[in-house]
Amino acid sequence: MPMQKNNNLRTTALLFTWLVFISLVGCSGGENNVTTGNRDGILHWGNGTDPQELDPHIITGIPEHHILTALLEGLVAKDPATLEPIPAVAKSWNISSDGKTYTFQLRHNAVWSNGDPVTSHDFAWSWWRALQPALGNQYAYMLFPIKNSEAYAKGEIDDFSKVGVKVIDDYTLEVELNNATPYFLQLLDHYSMFPVHRPTIEKFGKPDERGSLWTRPGNFVGNGPFTLKEWKLFKRVDVVKNPQYWDANKVKLNGIRFHPIENVATEERMFRSGQLHHTASIPIDKVATYKKDKPHLLHTYPYLGNYFYRINTTLPHLKDKRVRQALAMSINSKQLTEQVTKGGEVPAYTFTPPDTLGYTAKSAFEFNPEKAKQLLADAGFPNGEGFPVTELLYNTSEGHRKIAVAIQQMWNQYLGVNIILNNQDWKVYLDSVNNGDYTIARAGWIGDYVDPNTFLDMWVKDGGNNRTGWSNPRYDELILKLAPKTADRNLRYQLMAEAEAILLEDMPIIPIYIYNSKSLVHPSLKGLQPNILNYVLYKNLSLDTNLSGVKLN
Amino acid sequence: MFRFILSRLLQAIPVLLVVITATFFLVRAAPGGPFSAEKAVPPEVIKALEAQYKLDQPVWQQYISYLGDLAQGDFGPSFRYPGRTVDELIYGGLPITAELALYAMLVAIIIGVSAGVFAALKPNTPQDYVPMSAAMVGICMPSFLMGPLLVLIFGIWLEWLPVSGWGDLPGDKLLPAITLGTGYAAFLARLSRGGMLEVMSQDYIRTARAKGLPEWVVVLKHGLRGGLIPVVAFLGPAFAGLLSGSFVVETIFQIPGLGRFYVQAAFNRDYTMILGTTVFFATLIILFNLLSDIIAVWINPKLRHQVQGGS
Repeated sequence: MPMQKNNNLRTTALLFTWLVFISLVGCSGGENNVTTGNRDGILHWGNGTDPQELDPHIITGIPEHHILTALLEGLVAKDPATLEPIPAVAKSWNISSDGKTYTFQLRHNAVWSNGDPVTSHDFAWSWWRALQPALGNQYAYMLFPIKNSEAYAKGEIDDFSKVGVKVIDDYTLEVELNNATPYFLQLLDHYSMFPVHRPTIEKFGKPDERGSLWTRPGNFVGNGPFTLKEWKLFKRVDVVKNPQYWDANKVKLNGIRFHPIENVATEERMFRSGQLHHTASIPIDKVATYKKDKPHLLHTYPYLGNYFYRINTTLPHLKDKRVRQALAMSINSKQLTEQVTKGGEVPAYTFTPPDTLGYTAKSAFEFNPEKAKQLLADAGFPNGEGFPVTELLYNTSEGHRKIAVAIQQMWNQYLGVNIILNNQDWKVYLDSVNNGDYTIARAGWIGDYVDPNTFLDMWVKDGGNNRTGWSNPRYDELILKLAPKTADRNLRYQLMAEAEAILLEDMPIIPIYIYNSKSLVHPSLKGLQPNILNYVLYKNLSLDTNLSGVKLN
Repeated sequence: MFRFILSRLLQAIPVLLVVITATFFLVRAAPGGPFSAEKAVPPEVIKALEAQYKLDQPVWQQYISYLGDLAQGDFGPSFRYPGRTVDELIYGGLPITAELALYAMLVAIIIGVSAGVFAALKPNTPQDYVPMSAAMVGICMPSFLMGPLLVLIFGIWLEWLPVSGWGDLPGDKLLPAITLGTGYAAFLARLSRGGMLEVMSQDYIRTARAKGLPEWVVVLKHGLRGGLIPVVAFLGPAFAGLLSGSFVVETIFQIPGLGRFYVQAAFNRDYTMILGTTVFFATLIILFNLLSDIIAVWINPKLRHQVQGGS
């Protein structure tokens, strides 16, 4: 009997071990995602951090943006090659001669994924929702060019009919703006201006309720080229082609799987083993290797963003603009991007990235250590004598630290000033900078839309993103009064350039480099067009089955 | 025995209360709020968000209402993931992390115990030095090095195993389990070596040998039973450690488990998530410690006698 018991025990143990082994190893050999994806028309897209939400009026991040441009569509979209507006739900539009009134003609064949027509009522209601204070929409300000929308969002008026959105008929929408806003069309494919399906939202909660269940698979109703099939937290978001979409004939992919991958090193390994067609990023230390050995896989392009340092101009030794100019002119950003960051970034001598939809600010400063030294001496600190020990703050990250160390050395070498470095956890750092509790602080700014305004309106007096204590009346006049009243693009750009020249003369900030987007792209993915927004029109993409087996290692 | 367990459970309540209270006030004292961002958030939006998550109330009131919700098993809404509750996120990630921890534990036991026993059989010979040096390397090698190294060899060069994922591709659970398990395997190897060395010099082992039993029976039947007591005592806390310490492995292998929440919640100042995971892990650690105490009492006659004598 005991023998029997022992045998049973042994059999069970063996079985258990075997089961564990099977579940660990599985039992069939696998093809990689690229091969199966190319065969089935499914794009595997590395998408950065996990999406927080899929509600266009709540989200704030780029990963969410990628998913939502597949699921929803605004009045206009952008041509990925030129970034100029192209028709989307609106088949055409008229702009009044003063540039303040836009009349959109909506196409009759645009429908929601449940078959309901997409009408101008949908847009009016969606924009009303986007402005509801209780929703906590951080990008409500994208709608503020619309007449009275800011007052409505801030609760100064509570009659939405006073806001400049007027439904003329089911397929005609009139939008009245505060000022001629030449970049208004650019805003229309920002997710905060996407339409949402009213009956669905009302079915799952109040219109201004955060996080109701309408965005879950099975509930979500959209009007984009794809529909939501599955959303597994931290695992994947699957979208499939929407047969109801008005331009469905042009959509070549059958679906997209968005892989949330927070770790760039993991993402690169997934790419190398054929699990992804496209990565969101690439580890900085791998750029050089790819450039040398596999340049056809690496895609880099300048990005609408600026890496810069803020200077606290309220501090006594930084009040004098000659000191700030000296600091700026003694940073060798060419050397910095070539030898420290090494990701193909472009040295920045302006704040707005060059060629932002035709706008390039005049380069007002350059790397000139001799002149910098002279300026500092003129300001009363010859060879850095008497210059207080100054703290350079950055949020904890190896990349920011390397840059800070290099700049610390440059300032010491060229100006003789002593800098101490301080790093803080992201949220602590944000608090310090917001409260002006810093001396010089690292920062980054990504444009919300392609227009110099998104880089320049932040520096007006008491602007929420200014945080330097700097202001200049002429600058404010140009940005707040003159430019908004100018409908002509070239004239407006001239005013913007004048303002930017003031900014770069006064130097409350030091531009360091223009960001660039970096990704790894499998050769079988076709139809991607590089642009400064890293904007992707998923309906243009296709997969070439003949290129599935390209060697990646 | 029952009274022993009951008294330990009652002791756990004040411990948990201290953990909750300390965490609650510490996260609120940390600079930077859950809604701060690089792009300035308009004050009216901050106000709306704070009202929604009751952050506009006085802190003590928030504390009382949090305790009230917690008593009903409600961890509250996540700040970072609107529309998701902390309960939902924890229960979504727990099975995955638990599965990973279980496999890692198996890896640790299989490798660790066999290496330790093997080494203990011939102490101070190469048979001892080799596995014990390997164990030392295993203890010292962090998972953020071990993981990518294994991936590079087995995932990218040899193309035998997937480089990431959990339950998506055949074999994708193997490398994470090994990565997480090896550090603990090394500990177990040293523990079981120590335990075995002590036991194998006891009189009853000599008796067993004198009876003419084959050496493997002596080792497996008589030696292991006593030699593994330190190992068993270590298993409870180790399992809790595996559950709460899988952050690095989950990040490297893109595993949608619980470990990642814990660390990210802190970075995001996701107050409810920080509290939820802390309370959850604190409870787990208390329970597993209790469990290993019970097992220790159960296999150690001396302790068993004490507990029973006391009750």
